[in-house]
Amino acid sequence: MSLDSDDVKKIANLARLQIDEADIPDYAKNLSNILDLVEQMDAADTDKVSPMAHPLDAVQRLRPDAVTEENQREHFQEHAPKVEDGLYLVPQVIE
Amino acid sequence: MEWETVIGLEIHTQLATKSKIFSGASTAYGAVPNTQACAVDLGLPGVLPVLNKEVVTMAIKFGLAIGAEVAHRSVFARKNYFYPDLPKGYQISQMDLPIVGKGSVEIEIEDGKTKIVGVTRAHLEEDAGKSLHEDYHGMTGIDLNRAGTPLLEIVSEPDMRSAKEAVAYMKKIHSLVRYLEISDGNMQEGSFRCDANVSVRPKGQKEFGTRTELKNINSFKFVEKAINIEVERQIDIIESGGKIVQETRLYDADKNETRSMRSKEEAMDYRYFPDPDLLPVEITEDDIRSIEKDLPELPAVKQARFEKDMGLSNYDAAILTSDKDLAAFFEEAANKSGQAKLAANWVIGDLSGRLNKEDKSITDSPITAEMLAGMIKRLAENAITSKMAKEVFDAMWNGEGDADQIIEKRGLKPADSGEVEKIIDEIIANNPDQVEQFKAGKGKVMGFFVGQVMKASKGKADPAQVNKILSEKLK
Repeated sequence: MSLDSDDVKKIANLARLQIDEADIPDYAKNLSNILDLVEQMDAADTDKVSPMAHPLDAVQRLRPDAVTEENQREHFQEHAPKVEDGLYLVPQVIE
Repeated sequence: MEWETVIGLEIHTQLATKSKIFSGASTAYGAVPNTQACAVDLGLPGVLPVLNKEVVTMAIKFGLAIGAEVAHRSVFARKNYFYPDLPKGYQISQMDLPIVGKGSVEIEIEDGKTKIVGVTRAHLEEDAGKSLHEDYHGMTGIDLNRAGTPLLEIVSEPDMRSAKEAVAYMKKIHSLVRYLEISDGNMQEGSFRCDANVSVRPKGQKEFGTRTELKNINSFKFVEKAINIEVERQIDIIESGGKIVQETRLYDADKNETRSMRSKEEAMDYRYFPDPDLLPVEITEDDIRSIEKDLPELPAVKQARFEKDMGLSNYDAAILTSDKDLAAFFEEAANKSGQAKLAANWVIGDLSGRLNKEDKSITDSPITAEMLAGMIKRLAENAITSKMAKEVFDAMWNGEGDADQIIEKRGLKPADSGEVEKIIDEIIANNPDQVEQFKAGKGKVMGFFVGQVMKASKGKADPAQVNKILSEKLK
């Protein structure tokens, strides 16, 4: 399967990655190679195999419904670029 | 041309747990910003989500209540998108293997008919945080207290054919989650909200028209208005030769209009995939059966019981069971007074009317079920007349005590038969013309006499007694 430059741009946009126009052909080639590698698995007969949701053959453990976390806001917000009134400030997002 | 509306709803209901779906942070409403957002909710590196057991139990309860298949194996998936109220860059949700499969609910539509609305599925997911767009020096403020709050998303089939049916369905689901005690259903606080998929097609056509999705509607009134205004818009476009664009639209309650948010072309590509941080959830038949045993009495069962055991009409039983708290109030008043029908009349009539007028819910009623029962008892044993009962009701509402205290303090008691007879004799003597008319066969005049007697007794006479004595005297 081969990806073209539009696919690469779309993937970069979805991942919010800024890429150089000049690098796009290389990305397209490398990503296509990865897909080719994965494509080899299509040869395996999976008709009688149910899809796996997780590589471990285990089930989810559940926790009781209890509040165990304390307020550590000041600690967490030390690492935030900008805070005010207890809020994390981010670049304006409304359209 | 005659058009048919097709509606499907996606209802997001917040599950009433103490802690979040994947973390031990509190879900209490109204806390100071970001004081209930822990490392997991913030999406800090190295944290692992651990599923809350209660969330699973609540989803199973819902599944059982709508007669749905509960999945023995259920999987969480990542729904990827970037928005600052979702710090991980993805929402943990369910895609291919939701916890609740196909089920259905029965709704009441016009003239007492019922209709089955299919539920496609219900899945668990986490809520996002809140963005505050008021001016923080050109920036947006983020409160992540709500991030990670458990939601059950209930997706219906496109089975509804009018805005009224959509409201009836939404009310049914609302009543159900409150009965099950899996959600407080508080719409002001966003615990119960819905998106509506709306399309129109020429009546008789099989294929669906192109649909639009109306986002985040948080009241029964707005669902009806938003759908009606959207249907009007779609019909206008088609009738003037245009085409409906598949898109997401926002309902603006102030302007009563819907407007475009994003079209299908701009639609997000969520790239769902199984979340490697969470293992599949396994639910055994035993788990399901033990939850089923603890299910509370559901509205339909309660309604049937009110009709059969308490002798209520279908209409009264339906109103009284529409809300869990209302049903409990009625049942207590009925049991304590031993007068189910009278209790139903007072709860549906005077009490509900008064609550509506003052915008109060049944749980805020200043008159308790016990107080109402006390008054109904006195009324049933003719210790007060129905006019006095209304006076007692008003006084109880205003906090003047219970029925017996008010009856005593105000000296309320029906006129005794001697007094009533005296009044009747006077009225008969003063109105010879009407007596003539009555004797000539004009039965209607009876109403005049009763009215006069009631007036003269200042409402203290018991109308039934007045009727009886009058009939005898006028013979």
